[in-house]
Amino acid sequence: MPVQESSKQSTQRTDGARADRKRRSLVSWLLGGGVAASLASFFYPVVRFLNPPAASEASVNEVAAGRVQDLKPNSGKVVKFGNKPALLVRVSETEWKAFSAVCTHLNCTVQYQDGRQQIWCACHNGFYDLNGAVVSGPPPRPLEEFAVHVRGDDVVISRRA
Amino acid sequence: MSAAELRARAAGWIDDRLGFGAVRELMSHKVVPVHAATPWYYFGGITLFLFAIQIITGILLMLYYRPTVAEAFDSVQFIMTRVEFGWLIRSIHSWSANLMIFVAFVHMFSVVFTHAYRAPRELTWLSGIALLGVMLAFGFSGYLLPWNQISYFATKVGTDVAATTPAIGEALARFLRGGEDVGGATLTRFFAFHVIVLPLAAMLLVGLHLLLIQKTGMSTPPWMDRSRVRTMKFFPNFFLRELMVWYGALAVLGALAAIFPWELGEKADPFTSAPAGIRPEWYFLAQFYTLKLIPSHVWFLEGEMVGLLFFGIAAVVWVALPFWASNPDGSLRSRLVTGLGIFLAAYLAVFTVLGYVK
Amino acid sequence: MRLRVMILLALSCALAGAAKDSCAECHAALDGPLGRPATLIKHDIHAAQGFSCANCHGGDPTADDPGEAMSRAKGFLGKVPRRLIPKMCAGCHSNPNVMRKYGPQQRVDQYELYLTSIHGQRLAAGDEKVATCIDCHSVHDIRKVKDGLAPVHPLRLPDTCGRCHADRQRMAKYGIPTNQLQDYHKSVHWAALTRRGDLSAPTCASCHGNHGAKPPQVASVAAVCGTCHVMHLEQYAKSPHQAVFADTATGGCTLCHSNHAIQHPTLAMLIGRNSVCAPCHESGSEGAKTAVQMAEWLNGLDAALQRSESVLNRAEYYGMEVSEPQVRLHDGRENLVKARLALHSFRPAEMHKPVNAGFAIARETLAAGEAALREKDIRRLGLAVSVVFILVTMVAIWALIRRLERNGRVPDTGAARG
Repeated sequence: MPVQESSKQSTQRTDGARADRKRRSLVSWLLGGGVAASLASFFYPVVRFLNPPAASEASVNEVAAGRVQDLKPNSGKVVKFGNKPALLVRVSETEWKAFSAVCTHLNCTVQYQDGRQQIWCACHNGFYDLNGAVVSGPPPRPLEEFAVHVRGDDVVISRRA
Repeated sequence: MSAAELRARAAGWIDDRLGFGAVRELMSHKVVPVHAATPWYYFGGITLFLFAIQIITGILLMLYYRPTVAEAFDSVQFIMTRVEFGWLIRSIHSWSANLMIFVAFVHMFSVVFTHAYRAPRELTWLSGIALLGVMLAFGFSGYLLPWNQISYFATKVGTDVAATTPAIGEALARFLRGGEDVGGATLTRFFAFHVIVLPLAAMLLVGLHLLLIQKTGMSTPPWMDRSRVRTMKFFPNFFLRELMVWYGALAVLGALAAIFPWELGEKADPFTSAPAGIRPEWYFLAQFYTLKLIPSHVWFLEGEMVGLLFFGIAAVVWVALPFWASNPDGSLRSRLVTGLGIFLAAYLAVFTVLGYVK
Repeated sequence: MRLRVMILLALSCALAGAAKDSCAECHAALDGPLGRPATLIKHDIHAAQGFSCANCHGGDPTADDPGEAMSRAKGFLGKVPRRLIPKMCAGCHSNPNVMRKYGPQQRVDQYELYLTSIHGQRLAAGDEKVATCIDCHSVHDIRKVKDGLAPVHPLRLPDTCGRCHADRQRMAKYGIPTNQLQDYHKSVHWAALTRRGDLSAPTCASCHGNHGAKPPQVASVAAVCGTCHVMHLEQYAKSPHQAVFADTATGGCTLCHSNHAIQHPTLAMLIGRNSVCAPCHESGSEGAKTAVQMAEWLNGLDAALQRSESVLNRAEYYGMEVSEPQVRLHDGRENLVKARLALHSFRPAEMHKPVNAGFAIARETLAAGEAALREKDIRRLGLAVSVVFILVTMVAIWALIRRLERNGRVPDTGAARG
C-alpha cells in the first residue's frame, strides 16, 4: 500500500509538472503569438502609409489634363480639378487656356463653343471670352483662370499663385 | 556548441563591448514600492509611451506634410484622403497628443498628492514641470499646422494674449508670429518649433527626468513607513505590468482614431472675420475662460494683463512647490500642499468645463 | 427766344475752352444759391472738358463788370426755363459732329428718345412738373454715369426715379401708384445689385428705358425680361401659356413673378394656397396636377441631391476620398438648374430629361458616398482585429506575470530603499 501510495504521489507530481509545462508553453505561445500579431497589426498600416499614393501631388494646385494630341485646336474639354471641374481650351495649335468650369452665376459647368470661340454656360446662356471675362448673360464675375503648361506630350493645369 | 551556448557567447561578446552588464545590474536592483498608491506610478510611463507614439507618427506625417500657407491644408487633406492609412496616422497623432497632455496632468497631480516632489526630488519635479511646458508648447504649435479656420484664429487669439504680457509682450508676440500678424511666417516658425526645437528639448528633459528617477529611486508617500513597504522588482515584474498598460493605451488610441477620426475643418481664410466659437485646445481653456471673465480694466491695469500677472505668480508658486512645502524644521506642510492641489485640480476641471460649455 | 437760344448754343459750342471766366470768379465769392453753382461746377464733367457757365447761361465771361457780363445784349439768359432745358442740352448732345470730339461712342439720340417718353410728351403739352435732363442728371455737377456719385449710377438710379415716383403728393395728379421703389427694394434684382455687387442687374431704366422712359408695352414684357433671361424666354416661347397671355393685359412673366417686387422663386409658386397656378387651374384639374407633379420633381431632385451631398460630406469628414462623386454631384445640381429652366415651357415632357438625369446622378453619388462610408466601417473591422491581438497579448502578459510570481520569484524584495 505505501509503495502504491508513493508511486501515486509521484505520478501526481509528474502530472502536475506536465500540466504546468503545458500551461507554460501555452502562455509562451499566446505571448509570442500575441506580440507578433499585434506588432504586425501596427506595422501593416505604417508600411502601407509609407507607400506613396498614385497621385503623388499633395495639393489640388496642379492636375494632369491629358495628352496634347487628344484635343484638337479650337476645342475644349472639361477635366476634374480637385473636387471641381475645370475647362481646358486649345485655342490654336500652340495656345492653351484653362479656367474654372464653374459658372459664377449658379455653379453650372461651362463649355467651349467653337462656333463663337467663347465659353458658354448652357443653364442661362452666359458667355465668357477666352480671358474668362463676362461677355453677356447673367454671370456676375469672370471665371477664375488657371495656368496651362505643356510638358512634352502632357498638358498640365495649375492654379495661379 | 548548443544553441544555448551560442546565445550565451553572443551575449557575452556584446556585453564586453557595450557594457550592457552594468545596465542589467542596475535594472536588477531597481525596485518599485507596492502599496495602495502604486497604480499612480504607471502614469509617468504612459506619458512616455504616448510621447514615443508621437515621435513615430510625427515622423510619418512629415513625409507628406508641407509647411506653407498654400499647401499645409491641402497636404493634410491629402494625408487624410489619399495616403493609405493616413487618416489613422493623423488621428492617432492628434488623439495621442491630447491623451498625453491629459495623462501628464494626472501624473503631476499624483506626484503632488503623494508628495513625491519633496527632497531630494526637487530637480525631478522641476524637470517634470519643464516637460509639461514643452508638451503644451507642442500642442500650441501643432494645432496651427493643419492651417484650418479654427486653428488659425485660435492661434491669432493665443498670440494676442501673449502680446499683453507686461514689458516683453509685444516682442514675445512678434517672436511667436514671426511678424506683425499670424501668417506664412508663423506657420514656418511653428513647424520648426514643433519638429526640431521642442523634440530636442523634450528628449533632453525626458533623459534628465529618467536619470533623476533612477538616481533617487521611487518615492513612497510620507504617511507610509518606508521600512515596512513591500517592493517588487522593476524588471520584469513592474515592467510587464507597465507593458500591459501600454498595450491597453494603444487599444484605446486605435479605437478613438477609428471611431472618432480627427476632423480636418475648413481651410483658413485670413480675410474672413473670425468664425463663431473660436476656442483654444482644451488644455488652454481654463485660462482662456478666466481671461474672458476678468473685466477689461482692473484698477488702472488692463484686464488681460492682470490675468497674466496672476497666472504668472501662480505658476511661480507652483513650480517652487518643493522649496516651500517643508517647514523650517523639516516637517512637511502636507495639508497645505494637498489643499492647494485639490483647489488647482478643481479650478482646472471646472473652468475647462465652463469654457467648453459657454 | 428759341432762335436766340439756338444761336447762343451754336456759338457757345464753338467757344468752349475760353480762358477767362468772370462768372465763376464772382459767384464763388457769393453766399447761398448764387454761390452754390460755382462750387458744384468743380465736379462737372462739362467744366472738366473746358465748358463754362456762359455755354449754357449766355453772357460774356471775359467782362469783369457784372452789368456787362450779364447783359441781355450779350445773350445772357439767366436761369434757363424748364421747358427749354432738353432742347438746350440737345444742342450739343444731339449733334454728332460735336459729340464726336468728347465721346465718339456716345449716343446722340437722347433728345429724340426723350420726345417719345411720357416725360417729354407732357413737357411738350406744357406740364413743367415732369422730369427734364437735369432732374435725373443733376445740374452744375453733372457726372459721368459710371461715377459712383452720379444720380444715374445704377446704385443710385432707383432712388433718383423714386424722388418723384415714390412721392405720393407729386404723383397724385397723375393717378399712378407710388409703391414701385418700395417693391423694387424687396426684389432679387435690387439684392443682386447691392448685395452681390452686380452692376448689370436691372434698375428702373433697364426695363422702362432711360431717356424714352415709358412702361413697357404689354406685348413686349416677355421680350424685355428676355433680354437677360434668354433661356427662360426660349422655353416660354414653347409654352401653351405664350399664346394665352399674349392677349391679356399683363403679359407673360409678370403674371407669376410680379413686376417690381420680383422674389426668389420657390415651390410655393406651384403648390399650396399661394400657388400662382391656382387662379386659373382649379384644384383637381389637369393643369393643377401637372403643377404638383413639377413641384414634386423639383423638390424631390433637390432633396435627393442634398442627401447625396450630406453623405459625401460625411464620408469626406471621415477622411474618405470622394472628390470624383463630388464633381459628379456638381453635374446633378446643374440638372436641377436646367429642370427649373425647363419648367418655363410648362410641358412636363421638357422637364423629363434634366429631372431624370439629375435623379440618376443623385442615386449614383449617394451610392458612392455610402460605399465610402462602408469602407470606413471596414476600418473598424481592422481595428477590432488589432484590438483582439492586443487583448490576447495583455492576457498573455498577465499570465506570464502570474507564473513568474507564483514560481517563488515573488515580487517582494524586502523593504523599499528610497
